[in-house]
Amino acid sequence: MTPIETSRTFNRVRNQGYLWGLIGGALFVIFGVLGGARSGFAGWQALFHSYLFAYLYWFCIPSGCLAVLMLHHLTGGRWGYPLRRILEAGSRSLWLMAILFIPVLIGMRDIFAWARPAAVAADPILQQKQWWLNSPGFIARAVIYFIALLLLVAFLNKWSRAQDDSGDLKYKGKMTALSAPGVILWAFIVTSASVDWVMSLEPHWFSTIYGMLWIVIEVLAGMSFAVFVLRMLSEREPIKDAVDPLRFNDLGNLMLTFLMLWAYLSFDQLLIVWAGNLKDEIPWYSQRAFGSWTPVAVILVILHFFVPFFLLLQRNIKRRPRRLSAVALLLVVLTLVDVYWIVVPAWERTVPQVHWLDLFALVGIGGLWLGTFMGQLKKLPLLPLHDPRFEGVLEPEHGD
Amino acid sequence: MSRRNLYGLMAEFDSPEEVLEAATRTREAGYRRVDAFTPIPVEGLADAIGFHWTALPVITFIGGFLGGCLGFFMCWYANVISFPLDIGGKPLNSWPAWIPITFELTILGGAIATVVGMLALNGLPNPYHPVFNVDRFELSTTDKFFLCIKSRDKNFDLGRTKTFLEELKPHGVFEVED
Repeated sequence: MTPIETSRTFNRVRNQGYLWGLIGGALFVIFGVLGGARSGFAGWQALFHSYLFAYLYWFCIPSGCLAVLMLHHLTGGRWGYPLRRILEAGSRSLWLMAILFIPVLIGMRDIFAWARPAAVAADPILQQKQWWLNSPGFIARAVIYFIALLLLVAFLNKWSRAQDDSGDLKYKGKMTALSAPGVILWAFIVTSASVDWVMSLEPHWFSTIYGMLWIVIEVLAGMSFAVFVLRMLSEREPIKDAVDPLRFNDLGNLMLTFLMLWAYLSFDQLLIVWAGNLKDEIPWYSQRAFGSWTPVAVILVILHFFVPFFLLLQRNIKRRPRRLSAVALLLVVLTLVDVYWIVVPAWERTVPQVHWLDLFALVGIGGLWLGTFMGQLKKLPLLPLHDPRFEGVLEPEHGD
Repeated sequence: MSRRNLYGLMAEFDSPEEVLEAATRTREAGYRRVDAFTPIPVEGLADAIGFHWTALPVITFIGGFLGGCLGFFMCWYANVISFPLDIGGKPLNSWPAWIPITFELTILGGAIATVVGMLALNGLPNPYHPVFNVDRFELSTTDKFFLCIKSRDKNFDLGRTKTFLEELKPHGVFEVED
């Protein structure tokens, strides 16, 4: 494939993404507003619940891309060379997620019980938690999260581009130096945002491992998405020369690490709640894992852990890009099921259901996001230039 | 020296590239019982002598699986059959609590199976090996690269194999006594 054909493909995917985004978004708004006009509060609630669910899923990928990018700036390693521009493009799509957060702020009172004065007045526990769970604080924190994330994104991308243009070594040092505090800041932001945006849906419930869980969900989603995109590009110039079976083996090993961390943290939360057996903590699991949502939990255990785990243990999967990218796609899709299982039971108390509005919102936000991602990806050369860590990567290697 | 107690023929090379090339050509010539000895790891050599697959991962998996089953069974047996005790109203088969033990014994079983399986497969400890009957073989730990075609190979023929090895332009070809 020539660069021109590649560029055309990018444009096509970008335009299709925007098209689907507009179709999904339009259907979502039309049916959502009709539902709201017809059934009042319940209808508005359905609209914003669907929106929040779809938003949280699509937020995972760009946020995870930023984290993996900073991780690579800190650790180095050949695995990041073909992946870096994909991760950077993913991180740059966070500005869209910042804009798309505005509807969550608009629908705050419909989504969160702690934002409704009547609900707070009737609930002493919510009154106790008011110092954190209050509307001005929620808005202010969201603004801080996105400013901080977008600043990280802006500097890392600016220096990466400057390095391409000038070949100056100082930019590599700057990116590494920013990534160290950056990755810590990112972890705090994701922890705090997960408490604000998801855990507070059930404001009586709490878990201290929750932020970690979202951190690893996002990193796994970002990493898997980047590997999937890399495989799509791996037969085209210039990525073709920068990847080989050993690089995919490295990426597969990283996915395996994040996957095991996901399983460890997910299970740990259950184990601690199970051992503690406290009435504040168990409702979350008595509904999700030992109630009407059990089938979804079983699907997660099998398809989100055991199947990809055993596949990623095998070299003949990790060293064959097509097979590895199939596992990556599985994980990107199963992240959606995971987010669904964590988020939606907060309001869908009976059995697992998928609302039409959920689908419209997923397609709408997903299309807009994919279009933005592709638009960002085509802006820069697909391989970074002048990075001392990558000198000689295009040569055959010895000794590993 | 009779053919019966010949272990094989060994060729000595000066560089990793030469031994890799020789190993590739040996395999192309149809020899399968081939071994290589080098002072440093040579990338691609394992593939070139046809060392693609070992049973070790399977052994590790079986060991880990059995260990995991044992761990879960132990917890289940102790808490459900041997000494049933109501703890905080939880069911007797309180399986989330068994998972850490199950996990630990999976690792233990896998690790033991790996070490024992590795020793069983590579035949260590091995106090006698015929290749040491070649005096120059000691150089394989410093700066020489050796390729050995074993007499067990079905294509092995002392005369023809020797000619073949000499065509690879080695530093020397040695007969290895068993």
